[in-house]
Amino acid sequence: MNGTHWLVRPKTIRWIWRIFIAVLALTVLAQLGVHIHPHFEVDAWFAFYAVYGFGTCVIMIVGAKLLGVVLKRKDTYYDD
Amino acid sequence: MIDTLPPGLLLIAGGLLVPLLRGRVRAALLLLLPVVTLWWIWHLPEGAPVAGQYFGYDLVPVRVDALSRLFATVFSFMAFAGGLFAMRQARTVELAAAFAYAGSALGAVFAGDLLTLFVFWELMAVTSAMVIWSAGTQGAYAAGMRYVVVHLLGGVVLMAGVIAYVKTTGDAGFNVLDHPGAARWLILAGFLVNAGAPPLSAWVADAYPEGSPSGTVFLSAFTTKTAVYALIRGFPGEQALLFFGLYMAVYGIIYALLENDMRRILSYSIVNQVGFMVTAVGIGTPLALNGAAAHAFAHIIYKGLLLMSAGSVFYQTGNRKCTDLGGLFQSMPVTTICGTIGALAISAFPLTSGFVTKSMINLSAANQHLMLVWFILVAASAGVFLHAGIKFPWFVFFQKDSGLRPPDPPANMRWAMYLFSFLCIGLGVYPAPLYRILPYPVDFVPYTASHLVSQTQLLLFAGLAFFVMLPMMQRTLTVTLDFDWFYRRLGPALVRGGVVVWDGVQSGITRGAVGLYRGAVGWLERHHGLEGTFSRTWPTGSMVVWVAVLLTAYLLLEFLGVT
Repeated sequence: MNGTHWLVRPKTIRWIWRIFIAVLALTVLAQLGVHIHPHFEVDAWFAFYAVYGFGTCVIMIVGAKLLGVVLKRKDTYYDD
Repeated sequence: MIDTLPPGLLLIAGGLLVPLLRGRVRAALLLLLPVVTLWWIWHLPEGAPVAGQYFGYDLVPVRVDALSRLFATVFSFMAFAGGLFAMRQARTVELAAAFAYAGSALGAVFAGDLLTLFVFWELMAVTSAMVIWSAGTQGAYAAGMRYVVVHLLGGVVLMAGVIAYVKTTGDAGFNVLDHPGAARWLILAGFLVNAGAPPLSAWVADAYPEGSPSGTVFLSAFTTKTAVYALIRGFPGEQALLFFGLYMAVYGIIYALLENDMRRILSYSIVNQVGFMVTAVGIGTPLALNGAAAHAFAHIIYKGLLLMSAGSVFYQTGNRKCTDLGGLFQSMPVTTICGTIGALAISAFPLTSGFVTKSMINLSAANQHLMLVWFILVAASAGVFLHAGIKFPWFVFFQKDSGLRPPDPPANMRWAMYLFSFLCIGLGVYPAPLYRILPYPVDFVPYTASHLVSQTQLLLFAGLAFFVMLPMMQRTLTVTLDFDWFYRRLGPALVRGGVVVWDGVQSGITRGAVGLYRGAVGWLERHHGLEGTFSRTWPTGSMVVWVAVLLTAYLLLEFLGVT
């Protein structure tokens, strides 16, 4: 129990990032070998799911953030 | 006789027995009842025997077919695992209410006529509110009250619809409700309230997180999924459901992204997942309806698992807020691993239950060439990983170290999590048994190279977005306003404002009346009062003077010779 857990040491985290990026690349490169069955043409484009997944998530996060500006309140808002 | 006796009554009766028993006997009862119920369900012959009549309408308390059996099966699983999770920690009243709640849900899915359905529907509202209240906190009391009001309102709408529908069609049977008219829309609205559809979606995230650690596990399973069942049964292919479903799928993500309370995050994600199912009912093809039913089955298990792991954290630390948690993986490995399995299953990762069920829904949209629906569903699939798949485990078990080092929860809670983790992976690896009990024949192969590559690409890049945008995801001590603001703030404010205005009007009227009265009295007093002009006493002397004046005047006139 001395020091930090091995999983949260900066060195481990760097390695996790490297492996993660390698796996990301692999899922895209897999499309060279696997033909993705298209439903509407665009979804068979190279790296479509990667771009669409990343893009829509960024939009949702930013959208939520903007909505939060209007709708967020202190969490004691309803306590009285 | 036994064919028309609802199997749900066993769980309801068992729930009533719970307070009379203690220790091992009670534990045995809690585990045995769902098993016997499951056995009963699978030994009922298919069909819809008429049990009797009510004002001339046929009553069918038990209709057995693939659809009702599927939902009844997963409800029994949930009663078993929930009972195991709760049996040593939950209060007696919660266990009793939870089993009666599960039994009512079973009663509703077996109901072959609208009248029986309505009775069990209302019983669910009452028993589930008792599950919320048994948490015993002030917050649970208030949230339970709001929950009851919303559900009784939904119940009234449903009742009005049922009565009008039965009256106009002359048939109380609960089948596809396609007779046009207002009654049909009222029934649909009643179902949608329980599904967590807009505009009343807020009740889910308002009430469920206020339950006890185990209470929320029970709550997550029955009400919304019974509504999904009712929609599949009554409104397959209803186009309006596409709008409601897609709205729910996106709403759940956005609100979960803004949320800080871990169990509220998971409650928003219930709305998101039910959104997928409601959309599928709106698509209405056999593949879509199979997808809705299968996804409901898988959802009950992985959502139960997620809320068990969140419940374990809550039970061990007393904390629900992400801002207070973090780093728990070091001392709660079982909870972390089981929670992560639930998170992967809800995200539909390959080899988990979500992968083999949600894909049926997305594919059914594509097959019907519903391009916009498909694009929103795929974006929402990515968003599920974002808000539930990563956000929940990341902020609770990892992120910054909160310094908390609670141990894993007691054995019965751990075993319940093992069981559901096993099912999440088991159904994902070997979906054939689930596919066999779906309402329509399944001609669907989840594990193709194309599906594997597209799904992992989608999810992992959604994960990349999470970590790239992490600075924007930091938790804050906030709540997000939702529709419940209207009845928690605006309504009371209007009432208070109305009271102020009414007080003003009332005192204005009073003041005006008093002023008027005083004015009138003053006027009268001035003219007729003691010193008033009309009530003054005239002295006799002045009378004599005037008489003398008159006489003198006569005298003068006489002298002048006028007369």
